Amino acid sequence: MSGDAYTQMWDKLNLDLAAHDGLLEVLGKFYGDIYLSQQGRLQGMEYLDFVLSEVHGLRIKELQDAKAAGRKIVGTFCVFVPEELTLAAGAVHVGLCSGADAGTEEAEKIVPRNTCALIKSFIGFKLARLCPYTESCDLVVGETTCDGKKKAYEAFADYVPMHVMEVPQTKTQDAKSLFKAEVLRYKAVLEEMTGTEITIENLKKGISIVNEKRRALQRLSALRAADPAPISGRDALLINQVSFYDDPERFTQSINVLCDQIEERIAQSEGVAPKGTKRLLLSGCPMAVPNWKVPYVMEGSNAVIVGEESCIGSRNVRDLVDESAGILDGMIDALVDRYMKIDCACFTPNDERMANVQDMVKELNADGVVHYALSFCQPYAHEAIKLDTALSSAGIPMLSIETDYSMEDVEQLKTRVEAFVEMLD
Amino acid sequence: MFAGIDIGSRSIEFALRKDGEIVHCAQLPTTFSPLDQCRKLLAGHSPNILVATGYGRGLVKNLELPYPVEAITEIKAHALGAYALFPGVRTVLDIGGQDTKAIALNDKGGVVKFEMNDRCAAGTGKFLEHTATVFQMEVDVFGSYALQGANPPIINSMCTVFAETEATSLMAQGVAPPDIALGLHQAVVRRTCTMLKRAGLVFPLVFSGGVAKNACIRDLLHKEFKEDATIYIADNPDMCGALGASIWAEQCNV
Repeated sequence: MSGDAYTQMWDKLNLDLAAHDGLLEVLGKFYGDIYLSQQGRLQGMEYLDFVLSEVHGLRIKELQDAKAAGRKIVGTFCVFVPEELTLAAGAVHVGLCSGADAGTEEAEKIVPRNTCALIKSFIGFKLARLCPYTESCDLVVGETTCDGKKKAYEAFADYVPMHVMEVPQTKTQDAKSLFKAEVLRYKAVLEEMTGTEITIENLKKGISIVNEKRRALQRLSALRAADPAPISGRDALLINQVSFYDDPERFTQSINVLCDQIEERIAQSEGVAPKGTKRLLLSGCPMAVPNWKVPYVMEGSNAVIVGEESCIGSRNVRDLVDESAGILDGMIDALVDRYMKIDCACFTPNDERMANVQDMVKELNADGVVHYALSFCQPYAHEAIKLDTALSSAGIPMLSIETDYSMEDVEQLKTRVEAFVEMLD
Repeated sequence: MFAGIDIGSRSIEFALRKDGEIVHCAQLPTTFSPLDQCRKLLAGHSPNILVATGYGRGLVKNLELPYPVEAITEIKAHALGAYALFPGVRTVLDIGGQDTKAIALNDKGGVVKFEMNDRCAAGTGKFLEHTATVFQMEVDVFGSYALQGANPPIINSMCTVFAETEATSLMAQGVAPPDIALGLHQAVVRRTCTMLKRAGLVFPLVFSGGVAKNACIRDLLHKEFKEDATIYIADNPDMCGALGASIWAEQCNV
């Protein structure tokens, strides 16, 4: 498809074309500096480079084609929205952009200034008419994972067709029942919107597609235990980011091809950094496209990232849905069980996260943990303190970082991360 | 010969060592052209290795020097420098021009934890430098002036601009200027102590960096921790980073 045709498509989606061109230019330069400059990258990453270069092009065209064929597009911001159901209803499930400062001034008219960058970003992208995904959505599904998000969705509902799922804050039996009711309510919304009844057959298929996707990402994650590290943390993060908006079956296939290459590379003891390079686990808030600042700083500090303990990482991938149920209600229960295992900081207590981080450190042979909290993100800022205590009693070094999407603190971050890496010697 | 250079936001220090002893030290203000200042400090010296530290540690590579150049962070440099000056020290407090670092060391001098101010220069040398201008004096006499204060008001603003506003309004209320100056110093020490405690303060403590030359901050720190706590202050506290960098240069060579 030509550039002109893309411009027409964006125009039809009512994007602010001049501002959107500016965004693509910045994104392209940023990607060049952070990604294409890397040494010893895997061949399979070309697929990801292509997908990212077409993030607002070919993939959007696919969404328009899907819409023309009668399929609905569902946009989400959180790993609590069950993709399995979306797929069962024949709709397309995409994660929406929220990883760059855009339209901040506009966003601050409808949410308070001391709101985290992620929330301001998705609102800003909409108000500044910059995101073709948001503009393609027939439904945007929010969730009540934090106060900032749940109140922001109230304001956001004036601009997009919004459905909000209530995510409980504890893991009691009552909480699970509540979440089951919410899953059923989402199912009804989907059926109503698509006119497709969710059946044993199509849900089975949806579960299988998403499980396969998660298995491929689990396979990738496990391979990163190797020293030398076979893939950079930046590339692995990108893969996790792309998993939210790419066609799931095509994505799974590509990641499995990439994993085959990684296995060959490990067999030859090759990697992206010399053996013995300090290995860091990145833990904390989700990093949506194009939020690559902290990984870039970390991997520019004589270290390599070996895992992402985050929603755009292990939190989205760790657990699979049990596929053994033969009746619809049993399948819904299996979904609820799987989603209620997520160790999001919105839960109280959330002790399993403390254990999961330590397990990842062991499994991935990490030397230390860098905890990343977005400024004004209370749940993760609290857990940074808890995690520091837990890790310190286990003898695992941790550096706590609080930042946002702006670049003004990059030098200070570099000093702290470099000093942390020096400390690991 | 092994050299260390500490390129800070306000000043650049240079230290040269031979056979484990410092044989030459020098200091220049950073100015708007730190590379030129580095050239001046390095002129006439040809060490086996130069180790750069401080916020400008990456700059020295651009000088294309005829000897190898390495870089370490100021956290490592200050830890090395402080431990060399005061063996057995367990915590280092460095207050420089634009940042404050609290560094916990193990019994061998290795860094085990550190705390550092992030993007804001609250409570650093810059804070004192800026607030000193409200009293129309240079920062190097601000400390002794503040020591004349007796009834300091509590100043809560750690933002330099807000603190200036707060000081100005206290002056308008008729509060004695030395008292306000003391209050401003107390604000710095309060913030510093929080950082020290977060890093896991164990004595003896070494206080380094340019702000360690401020008599009022030193006095308030001693008062905060009572007599039983050992606080060391180097003779030239702003040289600690360059000293540490020169020690690392020597260790790299082995």
